[in-house]
Amino acid sequence: MMLLEMAAAGFGDRIAVGSLDGGLTFQQLFDRAGASADRFRAAGADAVAMADVSSAALPISLFGAAWADLPFVPLNYRLTDDELATLAGRIAPAIAVVDPSAIGRLSGLDGVSVVDRDALLADLADLVDATVPAPEWDMVGEGTAILLFTSGTTGEPKAAVLRHRHLVSYVLGSVEFMGAGEEEAALVSVPPYHVAGMAAILSNVYAGRRIVQLPAFDAAAWVDLVRTEGVTSAMVVPTMLSRIVEHLEAEIVDGETVGLPTLRSLSYGGGKMPRPTIERALELLPDTAFVNAYGLTETSSTVALLGPEDHREALASDDESVRARLGSAGRPLPTIEVSIRDEDGTEVPTGGPGEIWVRGEQVSGEYRGMAPRLTPDGWFPTHDGGWMDDAGFLHVSGRIDDVIVKGGQNVSPGEIEAVLVAHPGVSDAAAIGLPDTQWGERIVAAVVRSGEPTADADQFAVELQEAVRAELRSNRTPDHVTFVDALPYNDTGKLLRRVLRADLAHLGDGSTP
Amino acid sequence: MPELKPGSRFASDVCTTEVIVVKGAGEADLRCGGAPMASAGAASGGGTPSPDAAGGTLMGKRYVDADETIEVLCTKPGDGSLGLGDALLELKEAKPLPASD
Repeated sequence: MMLLEMAAAGFGDRIAVGSLDGGLTFQQLFDRAGASADRFRAAGADAVAMADVSSAALPISLFGAAWADLPFVPLNYRLTDDELATLAGRIAPAIAVVDPSAIGRLSGLDGVSVVDRDALLADLADLVDATVPAPEWDMVGEGTAILLFTSGTTGEPKAAVLRHRHLVSYVLGSVEFMGAGEEEAALVSVPPYHVAGMAAILSNVYAGRRIVQLPAFDAAAWVDLVRTEGVTSAMVVPTMLSRIVEHLEAEIVDGETVGLPTLRSLSYGGGKMPRPTIERALELLPDTAFVNAYGLTETSSTVALLGPEDHREALASDDESVRARLGSAGRPLPTIEVSIRDEDGTEVPTGGPGEIWVRGEQVSGEYRGMAPRLTPDGWFPTHDGGWMDDAGFLHVSGRIDDVIVKGGQNVSPGEIEAVLVAHPGVSDAAAIGLPDTQWGERIVAAVVRSGEPTADADQFAVELQEAVRAELRSNRTPDHVTFVDALPYNDTGKLLRRVLRADLAHLGDGSTP
Repeated sequence: MPELKPGSRFASDVCTTEVIVVKGAGEADLRCGGAPMASAGAASGGGTPSPDAAGGTLMGKRYVDADETIEVLCTKPGDGSLGLGDALLELKEAKPLPASD
């Protein structure tokens, strides 16, 4: 909140969010946040939830919640009604700002009062001149700024706690106050419930950079917004970038293309980027600076960066070890320490694989209602595997646990397996992620059939895919179902996913992220 | 002497400079233009910076003392120079990181 107050005081007349014509200035954003804080307080809530796509209501509610000293909780609106209601129940009493078309999804729940986003925006616009005096902010505050539900491996989402001190440390450590020129604009297309969506608001507000929002990602709409809004920077997840690359390639006529001349910087993260995609993107956008950001929800977003010069140097190099940096997460931020540890928590020699541990003031590593995952000396074991090369570049090899990351979305294998095993024709099943250029990972289900197979294998595979789609969501449907005689287990009955992944490697597309 | 803590804000009494404390805690003789700074909103705004503390402040820049015990961020620029006691604060040069959000 203090960040927004500084922005409003420093450059209040600049447009903060929206188009140059008709957007909200930083001062207007500040005033509306103050007015929304009154409303949130009056609701007697313990949290401000949002189940909605990006709109001006997002930064208003995020800062308004902080102003009212309440946690802001962006919920994944793609969840099923039951899942959404369960999460809302966990943070009750809460006030929830929702998409006008989805009011019913959270109505009638105990302890949850629902506000229509458009109605909220209209009410706040009527109070334009009612400037609310700002209270004293505590910069190193222990208060919870944001609660973000992670999808988790066990199926029960954990609520990561990001306190004001974590977020302020992150922003002050990585962003220059008013570092953006007045003409700069950032396009935000990641959803609010992704930590990158939250970080985008905080960083760009502090930098004084106008935020342009794309509520539902679509490559054509994204490219169109970059051009019409004069967007100078953007952050995308790998799946978005591959769609954008496809779109830009389709625009090429006789070797000529308009390209994206205003786009100075493009940052990507949130999953493994396939090397062919980033190499093609670098060729298609020769004047754009590429930044790979690696971070986790529990670390208040970015902890390591592969910068523009690193990208170009790697692309131009004949040395494979330098070229391999293109697939790395770059170097840790100056405010972050990284250590690669073995299973006992002992640091491994440079170049050796292990678990990535991080330490720094922005690192939370804390979940609501659970013991902190930080070690006594402040290290956070990320559960990501990786190694650090001689030049200090961090290479991330993927989750140590088994979550499948498809298109930037975490998919828990357990949920899919539960549906498959529930089918009468299935005796055992495992879901794994295999490399996929388009999605980062594709979902492959290995199924052991029960009894004597009666149905045709192809037909049965489709039937199982339909069963998952009906029970869960389309993004959790296996892209491929393969039938095996048995699944590999160790002697304690633990499924050896690594072995399965190796056995079924031919079902990936062989892309090397 | 004013009490410093991260997040507390001070304004110059002799120019338009305003700062926010990023690092440092406890009592400190924070000055601007040679004159003690006041809590934000309490500055009288009269007077002019003394000639040996009139280098000016730059918006968005950070200033530290020689030992880096305190660090302040300029949220409004002015004509005075920041100081801790008689010693002037130095501009902290930091290589900006590329935008990642």
